[in-house]
Parts: sequence; C-alpha cells; structure tokens
Amino acid sequence: MRRKGQEAADLSRRFTRRALFLGGAQMALIAGLGLRMRWMQIDQADEFRLLAEENRVNIRLLPPARGQIFDRNGVPVAVNEPSYRISIIREEAGDPELVLQRLAVLIGLSEEAVAEALKEMKARRGDTPVTVADRVSWDDLSRVAVNAPALPGVSPEVGLSRYYPLGADFAHVAGYVGPVSDYDLSKIEDPDQLLLLPRFQIGKVGLEAKMEEVLRGKAGTLRVEVNAAGRIMRELGRVEGQPGADIQLTVDAALQGYCEARLSTESAAAVVMDVETGDILAIASAPSFDPNLFVRGISVSDYKGLTENEYRPLSSKSVQGLYPPGSTFKMVTALAALEEGIIGPEETVHCPGHLEVSNRKFHCWKRSGHGNVNLETSLRESCDVYYYDLALKLGIEKLSAMAEKLGIGVRFDVPMSAVARGRAPTRAWKKEAFGKDWVIGDTVNASIGQGYVAASPLHLAVMTARLASGRAVQPRLIRSIGGVDQPSGQGTSLDFNESNLRMIRRAMYSVSNHSRGTAYNSRIIEDAFRMAGKTGTSQVRNISEEERRRGVTRNDDLPWNRRDHALFVNFAPFDAPKIAVSLVVEHGGGGSAAAAPIARDITLQALYNGDPPLTAYPEKDRSRIRALQERLKRERPSTPDRGRA
Amino acid sequence: MSYLEYTVKSVPTGPRKILLLNWPLILLLIAVASVGFLMLYSVAGGELRPWAIAQMKRFGLGMGVMIFVAMVPIWFWRNVSAVGYAVALILLIIVELFGAFRMGAQRWIDLGFMQLQPSELAKITVVMFIAAYYDWLPARKTSHPLWVAIPVIFILAPTILVLKQPDLGTAILLLTAGGAVMFLAGVHWAYFAAVITGAVGLVSAVFKSRGTDWQLIKDYQFRRIDTFLDPSSDPLGAGYHITQAKIAMGSGGWAGKGFMQGTQSRLNFLPEKHTDFIFNTLAEEFGFIGAISLLLIYALIILFCLFAALNMKDRFSSLVTLGVAMTFFLFFSVNMAMVMGLAPVVGVPLPLVSYGGSAMLILLIGFGLIQSAHIHRPR
Repeated sequence: MRRKGQEAADLSRRFTRRALFLGGAQMALIAGLGLRMRWMQIDQADEFRLLAEENRVNIRLLPPARGQIFDRNGVPVAVNEPSYRISIIREEAGDPELVLQRLAVLIGLSEEAVAEALKEMKARRGDTPVTVADRVSWDDLSRVAVNAPALPGVSPEVGLSRYYPLGADFAHVAGYVGPVSDYDLSKIEDPDQLLLLPRFQIGKVGLEAKMEEVLRGKAGTLRVEVNAAGRIMRELGRVEGQPGADIQLTVDAALQGYCEARLSTESAAAVVMDVETGDILAIASAPSFDPNLFVRGISVSDYKGLTENEYRPLSSKSVQGLYPPGSTFKMVTALAALEEGIIGPEETVHCPGHLEVSNRKFHCWKRSGHGNVNLETSLRESCDVYYYDLALKLGIEKLSAMAEKLGIGVRFDVPMSAVARGRAPTRAWKKEAFGKDWVIGDTVNASIGQGYVAASPLHLAVMTARLASGRAVQPRLIRSIGGVDQPSGQGTSLDFNESNLRMIRRAMYSVSNHSRGTAYNSRIIEDAFRMAGKTGTSQVRNISEEERRRGVTRNDDLPWNRRDHALFVNFAPFDAPKIAVSLVVEHGGGGSAAAAPIARDITLQALYNGDPPLTAYPEKDRSRIRALQERLKRERPSTPDRGRA
Repeated sequence: MSYLEYTVKSVPTGPRKILLLNWPLILLLIAVASVGFLMLYSVAGGELRPWAIAQMKRFGLGMGVMIFVAMVPIWFWRNVSAVGYAVALILLIIVELFGAFRMGAQRWIDLGFMQLQPSELAKITVVMFIAAYYDWLPARKTSHPLWVAIPVIFILAPTILVLKQPDLGTAILLLTAGGAVMFLAGVHWAYFAAVITGAVGLVSAVFKSRGTDWQLIKDYQFRRIDTFLDPSSDPLGAGYHITQAKIAMGSGGWAGKGFMQGTQSRLNFLPEKHTDFIFNTLAEEFGFIGAISLLLIYALIILFCLFAALNMKDRFSSLVTLGVAMTFFLFFSVNMAMVMGLAPVVGVPLPLVSYGGSAMLILLIGFGLIQSAHIHRPR
C-alpha cells in the first residue's frame, strides 16, 4: 500500500512535469503563430495590400465614339447608331439550354444561332457573357427586358455600331469597318489596347481604314471594383476618352448618288473635280455594294456574289482601275509639242490613214485617212497619225514629262484604298521593268495613250482640271477634320504658255461643239455651260489576224471583256471652267457613243446642282433625257439632300 | 488515486454544481463563439442568414449538451468510454463499407435529421478511452512494451479508417491527441523519440511512393502538399485559394479594413470564407489586433485547461482534460497554420468559429468532460 502510494505520487509528479512541458510546447507554437501573423500583417502588409487592390480594382477601357463622316453639305455618310445585342452568362443562366429555348421563342432565334451560342458558352469561362443575338430591334429588346425574370443570365446591352445611310453610294469612298482580326493586329506595331476589346471595330478599307487614327479617338478608362467572378460591383472613377474626329468630305452626296445611279448598269467609273480647288465632288465606281453588309458580317453567298461578278463591284475603279487613256491622252502630246515649239497651231500634217515607222504600219482609226490636219482638226476628229508624227519629233522622255506634269503617273494622296500610281513610261522604266530597250513603236503607241501609258479615272480628271486651269491642281477628298479645314488643292501655276493652253482648250471645245467633233452628239447647248471635252477609245488588245479572217472586225463582235474601253474627259463651262469630269466605261465600246453622253449628264447635274432643264440638251435628245431622268428618279426616290438646308 | 478512493462527501451534488462550473472557461468559449457569430454575420454581407443565426442555435444547443455532460459525474464517463470508443469504431467501419459502394470520399452517415460524422465522434472517444486505459493500468506497467502496444493499436485503428476516407486532418488530430495522452500518462520518452524518428521515415516513404502502385495517399492530397510548398505553381488552380487567403490576411495590416469592409472576402476572392478560411476574414477586417486577440483567447483556454488539470487528483480526469485541450489546440493551430500558409490545406475548421455543427458539438462535449472533471474533483 505504501509502495503503491509512492508509485502514485511519482506518477502524479511525472504528469505535472509532462503537462507543463506539453503546455510549454503549445505556448511556443502559439507564439510561432503569433509571429507569423506579425510577419504577414505588419511586415508584409503593404505588399499584400497592393495585391488585394490589384484583385479588387479593374481598369476597363471605354471605347470612344468613332468620328462620323459627312458629305460637303453635311449629309451623313457614316454614322454611329445605337445597336442592341443580347448576351447570356452561363453561370447565371442555370440551365442555359432552357433559357435559350425561351429566348428563341421570344425573339425568333434560328436553331443555328442557339446552337452557336451554346457552343461558344461551352468554350468559354462560365462568367463570360456570350452574344446570342446582335443588332436586335428595340421591340425585341423590350420583350427581353419585360421577361427578364424568366430569363436568368440574359442581359440586353447597348453599344454603338457603324451605319452607312447612303449604302452603296459611298462604299468605295468611305469603305467600311469590321471587327479587328488577328491579321489586322499583326500589321500594327504596339496596338492600342482598345483594339483588343471584344467587338471593337476598325476601318477595313477606304477612308475608314486610311483615316483610322483620326476617326478612332482615344479610349476613356473606368475604374471599377470587381468581385472574384469579374462582375462589376461599383464604379470607382471614370476618365472620359476623346471621341474620334468627324470628317467632312469634299464629295457632294447628291452628285455622287447621281453618278452611281447613272453608271449602275455599266462597269464604269467617274470622277468630278472642282477645277478651282481640286475638291473631288464625285468619285464613283459602278457597280457598287452595300457596305452595311460587311459591318454586320457578310454572308458567304452575298460575298460570293460580289467576288464572282465580272463587273467587279468590290474594286474601286475610280482610283484603283488603270486603263490606257487612249485618245484622251492626245492633249498631253499636243501640249508637249506646242510647249517644245515642235509644231505651230496651224501647221498641218498629212494623214493617209497610216504611218510607217521602221517598217511597221501604224494605222489611224480612220483607214481612209483625214487628209491634212492641224491641231484643232486633229483633236476634234481624233486623228491618230498627227500625234504619231508629233511624238516621233518629241521623243518619249518629253512626252512622259508632260504627262507627269499633268498628273499621269503620280500617286495622289487621296485617302482611299489602293490608289494607283498609273504610268507615264520612260526608257529607264521599260529597261527596269522588262529588261528591254525602248523602241520607236512604243513612242508611237504612247502618243495616243496606248501601249505602256496607264491612268485611272482620277488621273484623267486631274489632267483635265490642270488643262482647264493651268495650275497643278491637287485632288482633295477631305474638306475638314474635326472642324479644321484642310489645305486646298488649288496648286501653283504650271507655267505653260497661256496661248498654247488656250489652243488646246479651243480644240477640246470643238470636239463637243463642232459638227464634225467626235462628241458633237453629246454637246450642251446652254451657252453658259458649254463644255470642252475629248473622247477616247482604248484597245484592250488588238484584233488578231485570225479573228480578222473569221470576220471579226467590229468591237461588238468580241466578247464583253475584250471590247474597247470607252473614255471621256471634259471641263465646263468652257468660258470659266468650274468642273472637270472624267469617265471610263469598261469595255463600253467607242468613247463618243458610250462615254460622252454619260459625262454630259454628270456635268449638267453638277453645274445645275440637280436635274438640269431639258433646254440644256439639243432638241433631239430631250425626250430620251426626260425618260432617263424619270427612270433615275424612280430608282432613287430619296435623293439625299436632307443636310442641304 | 482512482475515483474509487474519492470521499463521496467531498464531491458536490445537486444544483450547487452549477456554481462550481469553471465559469471563466465558459466565458472564454462564449467569447470565441461570439467572434464566430460576428464573422459569420460579416461574410454573409451583414446578414444573420444563412450562417450566423444557425450557428447561434447550434452553439446554444452545444452549451446545453456541455452543461449536461458536466453535471454527470466524471466517473460515469470513465465507465462508458470503452462503449463510446467501440461505437465510434463500428461507425467508422460502416462508413468505410458504405464508401466502398460509392465513388470518392464518404465521411458521414445520414441519420435523416442530421449527418453523423463518425470521425468527429472518434476525436473525443479516442482521448476518453486512452485516458480510461491509463486510469485502469497499474502505474508500473505504463512503459512496458506490451502495455504500450495496446493503446497504440487503439489509436491506430480509427486513425487508419479515417485516413482511408480520406481525411488527413482528422487522422493527424487523432494520432497527435492520442499520443499526447500517452505522453502525459508517463510512457517512457524513448517510445516518443522512436515514433518521431519513424514518422520522419514515413513522410519520406510517402513522398517516395508517389507515382508508384503502392502510393500511400491520394493524388489530390499530393497536390495539396505541392500547392502548400509552392502556391505560385498553380495560381489559378489549387494554389489560388491559399494565395487569396494570404492576401486577405496580409492586407488587413495592423488594425484591419473595418468590420464588413474586407474586400477579399466581400468580393469572393477568399474561398470557403465561412468555414475553413473564416480566420482570414477576421484578420482582414480586424487586422493584427483582431487576429492576435483571438489567438490569445485560444491560448487562455489552453492555460485554463492546464491549470484545471493540475488541480485534479485522479488520472482519468486530468488525462481527459489535457487530451481534450490538446484536441482543441490541434484544431485551431492546424487551421491557423493552414490558412496562413504554414501547413497544407487539410480541411480542419477553426474551432467554435467556423460554420459547422459536428466539430462544435464534439468540442463542447469535450469541454463538458473537462467541466465534469472540474466539478467532481475531490477537494
């Protein structure tokens, strides 16, 4: 009993020792935990606070409103419209399939759209909004809003989207915008963060693309508090961005619309320039297309229709299309010869219908020949031999120097896509391009705007404006950016001998006013608005010997894409030139028949600022013109002149 | 001294016992629970629902159970500890068998009105049973290898079953608390030295087993350990939780962001903010001052238990008191170490603060035993 008591006492002491030891160990560990707290909450607090802020605060970009585009009178060409879309967040929807089915019934979604949305939802994180329907109507949007309780996770969103109220009229000028592609990003060094926003749109072609920087504006920022799922809890601060600058064009929407309509049945292009200022009043390319299709995302079949059309609606022929200018180039040859003193105005050249140069026969279009022709008669009747003769005396270098002086072979700084440079050929150019020497026949061809000479309708309009004004008129497409006027394209004097210029203009006048002129049938009889012009018919290729044997001699017998191009250039009024017009009808046949009548209509339309009175036309044309005017009115009932007042 | 040697006269009876409760300890428990209510109210965004009110009800119920346990003489509890241990073990086996029919972890038995977690029950019954064992065992046999092997088996049996569920946190708790009772009972130092050496060997074996077909722990447990060792290795996956938890804690600073102003918890960056990671919300909103205060209350509870145990005369009472205190200590220290990035995330709640019924009820039953031992100690 005593021993047992002793043992018990030992055990009790040992328990006390061990209890105190264990308690001490526990307190030591608690102290360790305390030290860890101190380290985290006091020593490292600043770092952790920063991390917590980074978690909590999210900076979002506020996309700026894109600059709008107007015509010279303030008619809207490209505007921003509120667009409504409906998106769904999977995590909040619960059963997304059920919700989508309800939504489909409510606003009439196609099965593909539903399947597409489901697919996208699966591919993305559960808290990412997925767009189900884009550009929904206000009615549909309200219907969704009213039925919100039955549509968990579905939210209507408002954004701005580009709209081109004039549709096809400005498709080639303004171009269009579209969502930023990986390809777009790869082209830009250090892209603006804005471009990485989903659904952000940038200019794809035309002015929208060329003036992207100006139109885009600067992003604003929004500091928001977000939760772990990325949902915005509240706004902390906002820095407004800067909307893009509005652009006012020099183009007159009414005239542009008229040109597009007048050309619509052809594959053609027309440019109307203000002779005084270089303002491009119209720059049309037909056929055209509706740019709004591209903004919305064009369907495969629509796109196929555009690319497979042999009239090439997507090509901006007015600046991009290069054509041999044909006889419209003869003013260049004539002015060069006059300026060089190679020929006087009354000096004549005999045209027997052809000219033999180094054993090769160069034909005049008139096989029987024009007989003796001087400057005026040769231009009026478009004799080729006269110009062959001048060019042989001039040489190609002087001829091309004159062409460049008048604007052919110059890339103009016009903010449209793929503006072509054209070509005023030289010996050096041919050597470099083909590795071949220049031959005399090349000079002969160039004298009448064939061979290596190439010009776009814009080049021809500039050439005509420069002939009419004697100044180096520069084409100008943009009148003002953000209310700031852009420099005029008036240009300085080209230092031509004024009497030489007058002679050229006089000869051009007789083309469209003398009864033997090639464009006499397309004359204007209103004295105040008489026009001076020049027809051109440029060969796409020669009629081969074999075809001649088969009996193909006439243009009309050839397939469409091998027929001649019809060209016409003119300025008016003759006495005090205001506008210069150039017109190309691809594979249209002869310039006098296919191009000059259209150019006259456009000229009158521009000079009268609307439909001209029939009295401006020769008597015999009037009934036809009236019918045409009425037809165009019917086809374009809403001529855009809203902004006129 | 065994309970049989009590002089019955010296043991209080009747309603007088209420006054003899260890009231400071009860007040400390209420203080800890109140911190829990406050934080549950905060993480619910200033709402009593869904957590705070339920937690209060459970705590009220738990306190009732604790008082009830305290009123019953401690020798009764000693006598039923073998039964309690057996019940817990059988339930663990049942759960293990059920688990075989289902995929993954099966930790509870659905009783219809509540879910019974046998592993929670084991936390208290193992301590009770080992304490009763040493109360019964003659002192001189304490360090005899045979008599050491028996409690080791009693501890390992439930531990292995729990580990198979798999519930690493509870396994560590059972093993450590059981070992602590053995240590306090006076088992020779050499055994513990050997076990610690063996544990180090086992840990290296566990790591070596990775990827082999005798892999000792589950893949997700390995991943938790990986994440613990380097949270940045998986910042958006498993490491995300611990990284966000540390940010919440650290960003609290000295005085915290203010009640209900914790951005990490309010904006849901903090995971499991009402259960395992509730301490981080406290630390974020009340800062170092709040966090260290809770730690000090916990420390005081341990110290009160220690002093109470030193004043008890019989072995069962003192061993069970410190065994429960050890369990409680393990709960909060493992949880805090885990949420502060010092230990892998093993799913141990913060005692009396984290939302949840089982752990709270078991701990309050444990404190009921301590109170019973305190009241019924010979004077």
